[in-house]
Amino acid sequence: MSTKRGRIRISGFDADQVESRDPLSDWTADSEVTTESRWRRGWKRFKRNRSAMVGVAVVAVLSIAALLARPITVAGVPIQPIALAPYEPSTILYLQDPTVEVYDPPSLSHPMGIDDSGRDLFSRILYGGRYSISIGFVVVVLTAGFGTIYGAVSGYYGGWVDEIMMRIVDTIYAFPGLVLALIIVTILGGGYWQLVLAFTVFGWASYGRLVRGEVLSIKENEYVMAAKALGARDRWVILRHIIPNAIPPLLVVASLNIGTVVIGVAALGFLGLGMPPGTAEWGTMLDATRETLIQGPDGQIPWWATVYPGMAIFLFVMAMNMIGDGINDALDAQAATMDDQGGA
Amino acid sequence: MSLRRFILHRILSIVPILFGVSVITFGLFHLTPGDPISQMVALNPDITAAEEARIRAQYGLDGPVYQQYMTWMGNVLTGDFGTVIKNNREVSAVVMARLPETIALGLFGWAFGLIIAIPTGIYAAVNKGKLGDTASRFVALSGISIPNFWLGLMLILIGALWLDLWPVLAPSRLPLWHPKMLWYLILPGLTIGTASAASIMRVMRTSMAEEMNKEYVTAARAKGLPERQVVLKHVLRNSLISVVTLAATLTASIVAGSVVVEVVFNWPGLGKEFIDAINAREINLLMAITLFTGVFIILANLLADILYAALDPRIRYE
Repeated sequence: MSTKRGRIRISGFDADQVESRDPLSDWTADSEVTTESRWRRGWKRFKRNRSAMVGVAVVAVLSIAALLARPITVAGVPIQPIALAPYEPSTILYLQDPTVEVYDPPSLSHPMGIDDSGRDLFSRILYGGRYSISIGFVVVVLTAGFGTIYGAVSGYYGGWVDEIMMRIVDTIYAFPGLVLALIIVTILGGGYWQLVLAFTVFGWASYGRLVRGEVLSIKENEYVMAAKALGARDRWVILRHIIPNAIPPLLVVASLNIGTVVIGVAALGFLGLGMPPGTAEWGTMLDATRETLIQGPDGQIPWWATVYPGMAIFLFVMAMNMIGDGINDALDAQAATMDDQGGA
Repeated sequence: MSLRRFILHRILSIVPILFGVSVITFGLFHLTPGDPISQMVALNPDITAAEEARIRAQYGLDGPVYQQYMTWMGNVLTGDFGTVIKNNREVSAVVMARLPETIALGLFGWAFGLIIAIPTGIYAAVNKGKLGDTASRFVALSGISIPNFWLGLMLILIGALWLDLWPVLAPSRLPLWHPKMLWYLILPGLTIGTASAASIMRVMRTSMAEEMNKEYVTAARAKGLPERQVVLKHVLRNSLISVVTLAATLTASIVAGSVVVEVVFNWPGLGKEFIDAINAREINLLMAITLFTGVFIILANLLADILYAALDPRIRYE
């Protein structure tokens, strides 16, 4: 290496040596392989998860059974003509068929027996999913939607806005969700939309807290700064860059939350505060305000009247939790598990 | 931050939350259509308008909302929660009489959760991927998914009606400290503790498995410690910290659980009282129990945070 005067002499540097070094990462620009999106990779892992797929199957079967249990007509127009359930859920059978009696045990014609008012339990359980499952999904969509916006705004703006918004969430966290829902249902009375409201009014808090945490970490990414530098508006940055990246843990919590809401609705039904008495809703079928719930008349034990409705709730919630665990493993959203949620 | 400063800081930070809890409690019962008095009037059609106005004035419900809140808060801070309309008893006396019953139930549930979950969690983490682990994970998932009121009904069905080990309802209530009550506490205690046991089990397993991969475990093994000692002395201590962080949420779930479980077993605690108060529209009692629940959970959270900071000094610097 010839040197000119004034130049700094560099020794110990060999260009060939540098070339042969190990690359700092395994990354190579490989144009042949198209990168898989996080969602596709997650879906592949999810499909291989046996218990998650069992969960999907159970939820699908119960949901379809509820949908097809009895025909659905909207404003006189039949949109779903199939009837899987042999009887109308509110039909009192001994009025039509004198061989049927109150609390008949399970038999071939009535696979889950007859309940305390002479109605077919199998039909009622198939039909009952309509309330529990749909309330679960509606509540989760509403709470997750509002909670996401709330958390995103709180985390994105930070400062005193964040401080106030999070103290509100802390306050809601001081009450168990079931107690708040109980009070709201007491004030509003029972019924479908009252139940939805009871679990929605305060139910968004957990999503708010979760999304805020996600936003705080996502906010530090370069692409957010890049978007801001390019002059993107706050609303655009939140909706297009921050929320999509906060979705995986949100999805886990949402799937587990459906189970929590279904149990909560059933618990209110059990306490006699959910749907109107006599409704074929899983929890209301176990209404504790009835005297003959466990011990029937003349000391007999009609176990089928308590075992099957509870079994339906248990099956659905278990399946939902298996799905939630599966999504958690697939998307590797370690931050959120159902254990962070408290419970009903 | 020293532990003392951390504790002071945390205690100060709950002040606005306590305020929020009182606002929610008050707001739920007062900003809704039909305040307590109009509900009372609706239930007793004999009350005349003049009488209604007199009752309103008596409860301070004739002023604007913020003034009503101030009156209520002032009374609450001096320990006056009003009276139960039905029998004219002091609300605070009723709450105090019922509280021990719920605490006994909650403690039993907690103890059951810890006794079952910690050994099972250790076992599952040590035998990760084996049959025992899979089975215990399945049991834990079932424990989280089972509706507690149905579990209670099933326990009554099996334990009381089929095996005849317990009476369906305790024939006569003995005082809580009577040794016989421990036997009656088993079924409701199991019911209330199952969900927490399942949660602790899952958290124990995850955190144990995580700790097992840390370098200090390799170091402990390398210096020749028997595996038993590595797991029980080193790994267990560190993973128990994550159970403490779970404590606050579990307390909330036990409080909520007590409402339902006490109804199933006709257990005369605060939860049962709450449901009775709902059915009788005893607003004073409802507000007192709601407020009490909120404050109790905040304090449980505070305690868990302090315990956490004491066990893991790193947390104080975050």
